[in-house]
Amino acid sequence: MFGPEQGHFALALACVLALIQFVVPLWGAHKRNARLVAMAPFLAVSQLFALAISFFSLIICAVRDDFSVQNVAANSAASKPLLYKITGVWGNHEGSVLLWTLILGVCGAAVSTFGRNLPDILRGRVLAVLGGVSAGFQLFCLLTSDPFDRVFPAPMDGQGMNPLLQDPGLAFHPPILYTGYVGFAVPFAFAVAALLEGRVDAAWGRWVRPWAVAAWCFLTCGIALGSWWSYYVLGWGGYWFWDPVENASLIPWLTGTALVHSAIVVEKREGLKIWTVLLAIATFSFSLSGTFLVRSGILNSVHAFANDPARGVFILALLALVIGGSLALFAWRAPSLTSGGLFSPVSREGSLVLNNILLCSICAVVVTGTMYPPFMQLLAGRTISVGKPFFDAATIPLTIPLLLAMGVGTALPWKRAQLARTFSHLFVAAILAAIGLVLCFWKFSGALPIACGALAIWVMAASVTDVLRRIGLGHSSRSEMLARAKSLPRSSWGAALAHIGAGITVLGLCGMSGAQHAIVEIHVGETRSLAGDDWTLVNVHDYAGPNYRAMQADIAVRHNGKLVTMLHPEKRDFTTQNQTTTEVAIHTNFITDLYGVVGDRHGTGADATYVLRLHKNPLAPWMWLGGLVMAIGGAFSLSDRRLRVGAPKRSAARTMAKA
Amino acid sequence: MNATRRGLLTALPIVGAGVLGVGFWKMLQGMESGGFDPRAIKNPNVGRPIPEFAMPGLPGLGDGFTDKELKAETRPVLVNFFASWCIPCVQEMPGLRSISRNMPIWGIAYEDKPENASAFVQRDGTPYARVASDRHGRVAIDWGVTGVPESFLVAPGGRILWHGSAALDPQIYDAEIRPRLAGL
Repeated sequence: MFGPEQGHFALALACVLALIQFVVPLWGAHKRNARLVAMAPFLAVSQLFALAISFFSLIICAVRDDFSVQNVAANSAASKPLLYKITGVWGNHEGSVLLWTLILGVCGAAVSTFGRNLPDILRGRVLAVLGGVSAGFQLFCLLTSDPFDRVFPAPMDGQGMNPLLQDPGLAFHPPILYTGYVGFAVPFAFAVAALLEGRVDAAWGRWVRPWAVAAWCFLTCGIALGSWWSYYVLGWGGYWFWDPVENASLIPWLTGTALVHSAIVVEKREGLKIWTVLLAIATFSFSLSGTFLVRSGILNSVHAFANDPARGVFILALLALVIGGSLALFAWRAPSLTSGGLFSPVSREGSLVLNNILLCSICAVVVTGTMYPPFMQLLAGRTISVGKPFFDAATIPLTIPLLLAMGVGTALPWKRAQLARTFSHLFVAAILAAIGLVLCFWKFSGALPIACGALAIWVMAASVTDVLRRIGLGHSSRSEMLARAKSLPRSSWGAALAHIGAGITVLGLCGMSGAQHAIVEIHVGETRSLAGDDWTLVNVHDYAGPNYRAMQADIAVRHNGKLVTMLHPEKRDFTTQNQTTTEVAIHTNFITDLYGVVGDRHGTGADATYVLRLHKNPLAPWMWLGGLVMAIGGAFSLSDRRLRVGAPKRSAARTMAKA
Repeated sequence: MNATRRGLLTALPIVGAGVLGVGFWKMLQGMESGGFDPRAIKNPNVGRPIPEFAMPGLPGLGDGFTDKELKAETRPVLVNFFASWCIPCVQEMPGLRSISRNMPIWGIAYEDKPENASAFVQRDGTPYARVASDRHGRVAIDWGVTGVPESFLVAPGGRILWHGSAALDPQIYDAEIRPRLAGL
């Protein structure tokens, strides 16, 4: 049981089940045959079961050091710690594709389980679309990226894993990120099902939103985790490189954020229907294309995947089917969807439209910047690289009105707002933002960080004052306020929390724009000052780790003569992989990070000098903390009873029974 | 909004995706045939005259050179950007020495301390007929250099004939540089 052949067979079985899951419910829905449609949930759960066996088998192969499996031989080694044997399964191309399909299987089973109260036909169609996408990726896995391929004769030991990847942060980064990417398959499937049905209504908006929010939470966490990893493992002092792989995760996040907001308008006002369907298709399409572009090697990225154009052709064909098919369906059926009434520009829905326009503009900027180099080379034969200066210059001016609108939007009522009343609601937040502006002038330098920092405080203040106003602060008794706080929908709490998280992240980014660093070459005992602190290289010593040799530096950081912390950065040489890694030393008090890296040693004995890279990074932890708060906000709003899939139908049934 | 306009608008996404898809397909085809390399570095200055510059020399290695001196050469010259801190440049040195028996190579030390660059060039015998120091990388920007080592084949009169962005060796010389010398 759970050998490579069993895993291989289970994967093939899952593929067959997925194909049936694709065809049968669609046919059943077309022929109005309820029994065929009702097979979908059973098929989805069986498919997940087969995939789980397959994935578990691959883990067992890695744990048992079965080097007859090519994938294990190429990426594992007998001496590797058990945790990394397990997590290493998805640290390579083949294993990560298998993880991808597994998560897709989990999504299908989740729709089957939690979507019991969806109309049968809709659920059948959603599961069919998920099954089709699953089948495509399982075929990709089986035909071009088989994780169960064997080698003969089996090597005695594996080639080991890139030591950079031997990190707990990175071990759990791919599953979380993939859950975000793949999670958007569910809103996608809802969109395609709605197009097939030719009907989008408020109920559809209510059903699709929790899935989009859930995927969004995971994607937010995934991006934050990836950025944090690059900050504390790579030792370059930065957190975001505008690398194509990073952009590939940011693009669906932007459209996904737009989707999470536009679906509210579908639910509350039956507006933006066509747009929301398009966003749901676009978000998953961007998730898929990002993976494709990275793995085909078209985009020139620092993230090295084993590039293989032949695989690229297969994925491109798969994308043409999934994205092309859904967009063709969109072009054909979307014009027949009835659109809602016109919106007043000054209203909640008006502000959500503005939010969508701005988010999609930022997304367009990122897509353009990412796609420009390969297309320029294809069309004009010129090499061009697009980096931070372009992205900063083009995205920040769009972020400023977005932050401004975030504060105003939550204070606006639906349909039509009275400006004077809205302004009075926002008065306190505006005062707090003004105080924030003064603080930013004092702490940040540069017009953009100051403006963005004040706006971030504005967003947070508006979210807090909005919640306080709704629970009646100032004109209600304490027990009344408590009762109101309890009855305030969880989605409102969640939205406020997510907006506060966004504000925290923006403040972190503003703080980091004032980060200072120095590269110094000093002897042991020497001191250099950076940004008001004195950094002394106290000692450097060598030691041998389990599979590496390390050089560890002891750096004392003093502020006005008082010891703040001792940093112990290391440089490790992994001899078997012939690779060097840096172990960054970070001291944080959650306001400022002191960040030290040790580089090369020049000379020997007492004459030796050491290259040190010293960073003082204000508010750095806030960037990732804000991401976490955003995700918690999303999760909180998921727990709202109103949003739970099926709840509306249940209460509708109850009302009908009463009648 | 009338029906035709709606139809056209809803067809836009698939048209856009189609254009991107065709582009990606062309790129993949090019990657398999070798015609498209996303990591290749193409220099826009190939075929154009060299930019204007005047650079000092390195300690113990002469006075540097200017664009006018390079243009006044009667033989083609290989211009090589290097640095003592660049490992591929170290690996390139033996290859450059063997190429220097066939044609003159003029070296430009890119963002390097003059004494380090000078020691590096003289360590195993210099391949360069002349050497200049681009201490702050200003000249390299005009040439469109993206990193070191990079080399340019300059025809008499100062037109750039060829650009290479990898460490040179006799094979590259035979395959890429020598055929271009024949026509001069």
